[in-house]
Amino acid sequence: MTDHERNQLTGFLRDKARWVRSETLKIHRIAQETRIASSLSAVEIFVALFYGNIVAHDPKNPRWEGRDRLIISKGHGSISFYPILADLGYFDKQELFRVCKEGSFLGGIPDPLIPGYESVNGSLGHGLGVSCGMAAALKRKNREETVFALIGDGELYEGSVWEAIMFGGEHRLDNLIAIIDNNGACMLDYCKNVLDLDPIDQKFSAFRWQARTVDGHDLAKLHTALLDLKNDRSGRPKVLIANTVKGKGVPALEGDPLSHIRNIPPDRIDAAIRGLK
Amino acid sequence: MIAEKMTMRDAFIEEVCRRMASDPALVFLSADLGSPKLDTLRSDYPDRFINVGIAEQNLVNVAAGYALEGFTVYAYAIAPFLVMRAYEQIRNNLSLLSHTHRVNVNLVGVGSGLSYDVSGPTHHGVEDISLMRLLPKMTVFSPSDWVLAERFVDYTIDVRSPKYLRFDGKPTVNLYDRNAVIDLHSGFSTLAEGSGVCIVSTGYMTHTALRAAEKISQSGIRIGVVDVFLIKPLPEQALYDVLRKYRSVITVEEAFVGKGGLDTLVANILAAGGSDIRLSRMGFGDSYVFTMGVRERLHELNGLGEKQITEEVFRMLAKG
Repeated sequence: MTDHERNQLTGFLRDKARWVRSETLKIHRIAQETRIASSLSAVEIFVALFYGNIVAHDPKNPRWEGRDRLIISKGHGSISFYPILADLGYFDKQELFRVCKEGSFLGGIPDPLIPGYESVNGSLGHGLGVSCGMAAALKRKNREETVFALIGDGELYEGSVWEAIMFGGEHRLDNLIAIIDNNGACMLDYCKNVLDLDPIDQKFSAFRWQARTVDGHDLAKLHTALLDLKNDRSGRPKVLIANTVKGKGVPALEGDPLSHIRNIPPDRIDAAIRGLK
Repeated sequence: MIAEKMTMRDAFIEEVCRRMASDPALVFLSADLGSPKLDTLRSDYPDRFINVGIAEQNLVNVAAGYALEGFTVYAYAIAPFLVMRAYEQIRNNLSLLSHTHRVNVNLVGVGSGLSYDVSGPTHHGVEDISLMRLLPKMTVFSPSDWVLAERFVDYTIDVRSPKYLRFDGKPTVNLYDRNAVIDLHSGFSTLAEGSGVCIVSTGYMTHTALRAAEKISQSGIRIGVVDVFLIKPLPEQALYDVLRKYRSVITVEEAFVGKGGLDTLVANILAAGGSDIRLSRMGFGDSYVFTMGVRERLHELNGLGEKQITEEVFRMLAKG
């Protein structure tokens, strides 16, 4: 890719990220139950994966065997994935106006009824283990697809995640990429005040994973890191620690240790959208 | 019928191993639990056997991942650890996920009831019937002998949804003829016919129930014995049609009484049929078993011995 092409792609991704934030806030206006801060920290990750052509997929055939698998273990924090799925053609965009309403398949926490979601995501600590099983199964079938698992940093408190980390390293699952949305906070506080998780990369390295850290809102760097990791099949599973800001893009949420449980009231959504950079 | 003593797990695993030769979709995962026949399987198919370590939660999650990729998965562990340590993994990634995806994971739990008698209450499997039958779309298989266990391999491959298999930890003699035609979907077998009283039992307790019935027959009285091996899905009307011929039914299980086990299942069936059949429930009270002793002795100390079952039958017969 030339510098010019890369700049063009980054500009395109930035536009998409702004649009996704705006649409996510609109969903939050009608579905105040949604976890907005946690969904905003992951926007660039979803955008890079899907608009940056990292993930192979087919909206017309969500269970296409040749797709890359994405397990979204921090399901509550993936409302920002809804507009992307609609935009890519997984379902009608009109569905975005019915989130959490009677008869909608789009809930406050996504479930596997939604085309594009692979698993059950409501409870934390499950996704990485399921991803390990999928990655091992793909290897058994001699298939080349990649399994991506998006997990939260607070999710690392769940012991079952470490069972999976041990398994992935031992079985050299180099077709597995864990992406940590490292937004620094769980529900009641910053993680550093609860049980400090740092250094995350060294913990993974100790379990024989290849660890890389990136600014999770810098689309150029994020895209490059994801592409590099996807192409790397050197016998170790990979973790991308994406340093993010919880509530990114909305000043009222950024810097609030309780942002996880904060709502933006419906009458302030327009102002929040106008304030997006 | 040739009677032979064998463990359910060995009979089952030997048959799985045979199928692996022709079916590349079978994979076997263990949470560090073994068996003599498993030694053969893991040396014959090292690329389709994984010991995930002492990690039941990850056992179930990894199994779910394999199943999502189309494999038929066996996830093998000690019963109470599998069921209770990994209960939410089973609920979310097997039961719940199977509403939208095909998830053929066969949870093989070893150590039902008090089969690990002297290992104490942490190793006793007395909650699993209740807990597993609670979960939507979960099949619950509770065989009384190794012939049923061996036959069930067909079912694990044909029925592509999550299942729980509760296997005894100790070798038991077969109650079923290895050459007999057994319809596993029928859910239960009438092993003895009689009148007045019918015992309904599952797993190991069917052996004790048959011994009690044999003893009672020496008094010239024949009672019924029904072995329930498919707790869920159980053809309830068919079982009701068998039980309605009796005045009294006694449920016998290595489980807590009145907490959703076999007794509750039978009580619901009788109530749904609108019958006035008397029901007596035999199992454990609201307490774990700490006492050391062999299994039969522990049963006796907790009201589940052959003698107590016999007494209960006579008590029910006396009521007319």
